[in-house]
Amino acid sequence: MDLIWDGIREAARLWWAGDAEIIEITLRTLAISSAATALALVIGIPVGAVLALRRFWGRGLLVAAVNTGMGMPPVVIGLLVALILWRTGPLGDLNLIYTPTAMVIAQLLLSLPLVVGFSLASIQSVNPRLIGQMWAMGANRWQVLWLLIRETRLGLLAAVMAGFGAAISEVGASMQVGGNLAGETRVLTTATVLETGRGNFEVAIALSLVLVVLAFLVNLVLTTVQQRRPVT
Amino acid sequence: MNASGDAHLAIRDLVVQRGGVTVLEIDSLDIPRGLVTVMIGPNGSGKSTLLGALQLVLHPTRGSLTLDGEPMDADPVGTRRRMAAAFQEPLLLSMSVRSNVELPLRLRGVERRRRRELAEHWLERFGIASLARRHARQLSGGEAQRVSLARAFASQPEVLLLDEPFSGVDAPTREGLLEDFAEIVSETRPTTVLVTHDRDEALRLGDYAALLIGGELRQTGPPAEVFERPADRDVAEFVGMENVWEGQRSESGVYRAGGVRLASTAKSVALGAPAMICVRPERIVLTREGAGDGNLLRAVVRAVRPRGPVVRSELASGRLMLTADVPVATWDELGLSVGDEVTARISPADVHVIAQSE
Repeated sequence: MDLIWDGIREAARLWWAGDAEIIEITLRTLAISSAATALALVIGIPVGAVLALRRFWGRGLLVAAVNTGMGMPPVVIGLLVALILWRTGPLGDLNLIYTPTAMVIAQLLLSLPLVVGFSLASIQSVNPRLIGQMWAMGANRWQVLWLLIRETRLGLLAAVMAGFGAAISEVGASMQVGGNLAGETRVLTTATVLETGRGNFEVAIALSLVLVVLAFLVNLVLTTVQQRRPVT
Repeated sequence: MNASGDAHLAIRDLVVQRGGVTVLEIDSLDIPRGLVTVMIGPNGSGKSTLLGALQLVLHPTRGSLTLDGEPMDADPVGTRRRMAAAFQEPLLLSMSVRSNVELPLRLRGVERRRRRELAEHWLERFGIASLARRHARQLSGGEAQRVSLARAFASQPEVLLLDEPFSGVDAPTREGLLEDFAEIVSETRPTTVLVTHDRDEALRLGDYAALLIGGELRQTGPPAEVFERPADRDVAEFVGMENVWEGQRSESGVYRAGGVRLASTAKSVALGAPAMICVRPERIVLTREGAGDGNLLRAVVRAVRPRGPVVRSELASGRLMLTADVPVATWDELGLSVGDEVTARISPADVHVIAQSE
């Protein structure tokens, strides 16, 4: 029990003292996970909309793949990205392995199925006649997508939360493709694993608490937006 | 089948199939400019399918649809922006009433101040200006339908496509809405296609009617003519022509059906040729006296059913069975009950004859 209290005290001390390394790791974590989530939204919402609204050959297979992807173990994604970005891999010439970009790619692949899946479910729940009305009002393809996003914003914010949660809490893939290099690719989850391995439990607890508080704050903002009175 | 005058929309050789089954087949139909065309027909007759094709939300198997002579599908978004639609469900988006009404204008890139002006004007015209800031989810059915119609008019459409927009609201609300709509449409004169089941609506709002049965266009013309002078038995049944008797012409302007002679001013069929003789139930006048002009038939009341403002009575005149709708007040004055004898008076002008092939 003392170990936990020591950890909490250490976390408070590190933050109070403005520990440069902790702040740097926290900011890097936010940057990588936010970039991965943003990309997942840009790609995932239109893909979810197409899967929800169009009927085409192979659609069922794609939806099954998305659903499988929602539960894909991060280490499998990590392995896949590592194989592709490895020096001798198909995209090895890009020299992306053990870079923040590689971590963004891995986290993107983890959050993308969640964003697609949540978007698909939200958009599919819209009354098809309302979508017909959007077309009848003279909306073009992008305006219909914009109206659908607006109409399903509650569900899509859940997609943002799920996508960001998957990205920021992920450790295996980040370790595999980022390498946990100090000052370059170390993020809160990989740093926590490292400190736990070293037996520095106070620091590991401190890092975990930062991670939890960060995740909570981001979700608090999103939940506040989601639950506020409908905007006009 | 085409109306005289300027065709705004033209439908040619239109075929819509679903799962290999033809659900709509129209050789030719013109929608006249600036008039209200009521599209009537039973469920599954293809009315809404036709409206969907005109909105370009469903793709015909073949055929052409033109707006001012130009193919409608050449620029679907551009074509839709010349039209507006309202349905039985108001289909409002999750935003304020004003934002809903402004939305079609916003999609067309109309600048904010102009959008606001138009939205306020149309909210005022539909008597819902006080609801402008309310969220669409907080409206009653009647209010929501007014918003839906205000939204349709706000984009100042050339063509208005309406799919039973008055049928989802309660009777008193509907009455007020119909009154306002009739006034607005007669002022603004958009080319309107109104799908309806309702005879009163069709007669009140329609300048021109097109009747569909089983996906085929069966009759067009002024609504009163379609209801009073059906082209065939199916149309007669749909338009509520309760009295349809098999008969034949016995002499000039006189027909025999069920042993009864009926004079008619309808266009004559050949002597001795079989014909269907039709009379609307509200055109039969019941009297105790048995005197007056026209066809006078002595009949016995067989059954009586109250139907709102009228009493529907089943009568037997010899072998001929008649159905008459009598206003409640008249019925009460007559004091009739089952088994009583009465005279049914039918004006020759109300006896419609459909020629039948032998």
